[in-house]
Amino acid sequence: MSPAADLPTTDSFWNDTGRRGVAAWIFSTDHKRIGLLYLYSVLAFFLAAVILGILLRLELMAPGRTIMGPQTYNAVFTVHGVVMIFLFIIPGFPGAFGNLVMPIQIGARDVAFPRLNLFSWWLYIVGAGIILASLFTGGGPPDTGWTFYVPFSSRTGTNVSLAVFGVFVVGFSSILTGLNFVTTIHRLRAEGMTWGRLPLFVWSLYATAWVQILATPILGITLVMIIAERLLGTGLFDPARGGDPLLYQHLFWIYSHPAVYIMILPGMGVISEIMPVFSRKPIFGYKMIAFSSIAIAAAGSLVWGHHMFTSGMSDNAILVFSFLTFIVAIPSAIKVFNWVSTLYRGSISLEAPMLFSLSFILLFSIGGLTGLILGAAATDIHVHDTQFVVGHFHYVIFGGAVFAFLAAMHYWLPKFYGRRYAEKPAIVAWAMMFVGFNITYFSMMVLGMKGMPRRYYDYLPEFAPLNLASTIGSWILVAGLLLLLANLFRGLLKGEPIGKNPWGAATLEWTTTTPPPTENFEQEPVVTHGPYDFKGAGIP
Amino acid sequence: MSVTLHRDYAGAKLGMWLFLFTELLLFGGLFLLYAAYLARYPQEFGAAGREMQLAFGTVNTVILITSSLLAAMAVTAIQRNRQQAAFRLLVGTILCALVFLGNKYLEWSIEIGRGIYPGSERLVAGPPGESVFYSLYYLTAGLHGLHVLIGGFFLALVAVRVRMGTIHAGDFVLLENGALYWHLVDLIWIFIFPLYYLIL
Amino acid sequence: MSEQHHIISYRKLIAVWAGLLFLTALTVWAARHQVGIGHVWISLAIAAAKGGLVIAVFMHMRYEGRLLRWLLFVALSVLAIFIGLTFFDVLYR
Repeated sequence: MSPAADLPTTDSFWNDTGRRGVAAWIFSTDHKRIGLLYLYSVLAFFLAAVILGILLRLELMAPGRTIMGPQTYNAVFTVHGVVMIFLFIIPGFPGAFGNLVMPIQIGARDVAFPRLNLFSWWLYIVGAGIILASLFTGGGPPDTGWTFYVPFSSRTGTNVSLAVFGVFVVGFSSILTGLNFVTTIHRLRAEGMTWGRLPLFVWSLYATAWVQILATPILGITLVMIIAERLLGTGLFDPARGGDPLLYQHLFWIYSHPAVYIMILPGMGVISEIMPVFSRKPIFGYKMIAFSSIAIAAAGSLVWGHHMFTSGMSDNAILVFSFLTFIVAIPSAIKVFNWVSTLYRGSISLEAPMLFSLSFILLFSIGGLTGLILGAAATDIHVHDTQFVVGHFHYVIFGGAVFAFLAAMHYWLPKFYGRRYAEKPAIVAWAMMFVGFNITYFSMMVLGMKGMPRRYYDYLPEFAPLNLASTIGSWILVAGLLLLLANLFRGLLKGEPIGKNPWGAATLEWTTTTPPPTENFEQEPVVTHGPYDFKGAGIP
Repeated sequence: MSVTLHRDYAGAKLGMWLFLFTELLLFGGLFLLYAAYLARYPQEFGAAGREMQLAFGTVNTVILITSSLLAAMAVTAIQRNRQQAAFRLLVGTILCALVFLGNKYLEWSIEIGRGIYPGSERLVAGPPGESVFYSLYYLTAGLHGLHVLIGGFFLALVAVRVRMGTIHAGDFVLLENGALYWHLVDLIWIFIFPLYYLIL
Repeated sequence: MSEQHHIISYRKLIAVWAGLLFLTALTVWAARHQVGIGHVWISLAIAAAKGGLVIAVFMHMRYEGRLLRWLLFVALSVLAIFIGLTFFDVLYR
């Protein structure tokens, strides 16, 4: 059954385009088709990396060898990280939901550079292919961790050069998407769509796009240098040749810290969309939320040294970076306060998008607060490179960004497919994920506090019970995830058809037909009210 | 469904400038390393700098500045409807690029002949600061040379379109963007030259 | 929307070119006649002047709107901050 085939709407972007079959998709410059291409690509890689995660937890279920040896373990956690970060969460939000939704939300027909947009997706696919190739060629999959620290990455026999080149290509894709989105938001807003009326999802994508443009090139040059160290013997990070390994860490984290804001900002934007709609109340503090997105991107670019407190960096640098890290917590907290204030005296309905959003707030807050423990240099010395860090970032990235991604899937995909998922199984899936998630990752934080290191193949017997609990949690979590995906896609393909605006939202994507037509609007819209002004939009 | 080609001159220019920012940051990483290592090895950087081939560097600087002039003049020419002049100026720019690359080839042949290249025995055995200087030099100048090549190709494509008339006074944003890219290539060299050739 | 395309005369461009050549000669002269690391700052200052000319005239920035100029400032500031904060480590080890 082809999606949207038998729906009442005749003019939809699913209709024939002059090309047939796969070619109608992989050569399309329609932002909606490109968005779906990204969605399925990133979900495929997400699931592959989930399997790797399950394998890691199986190994860690008991001390000693369980299912794999130490070299394999190192490769598995490296590839898990590389795929999750570079092939799922960084490209995923801008690529899938940015592409699907943003142009419609600003009242445009497409992005500023549609062909460049398609090229970005192709670069992503080529880069992913190169990364995959690195797993099966040369010395085998890299075993350095996704951070590729020197000196190990210069010397290990595994296929670091090819993997890193693949990441470079994917990074270029990210840069071009960022450039496209900034230009689109500046140039293609519809009449009446002032900056002050932009949906907060668009504000978050705008801030994200700037990070993609300004930070990713630093990653690019750093990856080039890893290849140069390995293939040309440049010795730039080799102490025996006068190099300084810490400079590698600086360069790497100058990108990779802002990268986590690429991961979370669009997710926060989604929460800002969902909160008002499911509270039947305008968002509290629109201006501050918009401003805080920019502030997070800006301040978040100044804190990278907090990954290096125990590296041998100067005390002055430790002071400065720790201080700046505390500053960046402020705009994030502003968002949390404003979301909660939106709930106050709202008429709350607990459907799947809202459940994921509410749990986002809790889980992201826990992750954020544990981030402060890591950001304070003194306490960081105790927990650096322990399971505490692993727990922290899974709370913010999985409990935060990925839960927001799942919320976005339930919220927006029905609009593009014309059908909806079944609510009850979605709620059960959410509950399983929520419970499983906390068992899995809270255990890790306790283990870290007790001293269990990260990236170690084995551990002391006293850590066994919590590790077992974490592994069992991972099974519940993944079972919930699979139920969620099965229910969602069953609904999108065979579920109940929906009208233009099933959620009663006031942003532009809900004013056009379901699924949207290729040109997005029959006539270019003229905007006369804000994005959360339900009264102004004539929505009860 | 037809591809909607909306002509947005300002948008195309904004997009190009955003891309130039990414190039600035890309080379910026190399300049960051240079700054850090200069602070650590001031004497060795000076010593290595004295060995650099100043004549080649200076000639190449003049060539790039001139090529930038020609590219800028090509934009003026197209705006004034001088299709022929624009084409010739672009050809001039590309010729300068080729001479630049030719000079690089000669310069590096001599350098490599002296045993100065990343990982060479002479550098491995010598003072660490000099090894760092030359590794950074080859990476930076090499990456720059790659951009000269790319820029040259881009301008060649633009020149063909000027010749064919698809780029003209009414729609010349491709030429303007090509010229912008070329000026960036010139700009980066303007900083490479003193940092590597004049650090005596 | 009609754009006002500012056309820069050949004369102006050639004048800038001459200025760039002069500054190049100046920077080579300065390097040979200054001792010590202080001359790095002089070289960088002259390079910045040359760069400024290229950006302002050849790249038209002088005739562009506020948005583009402000964005360039942001990009350069970000690079400066990256280098600057790194030096909190490099200088005080």
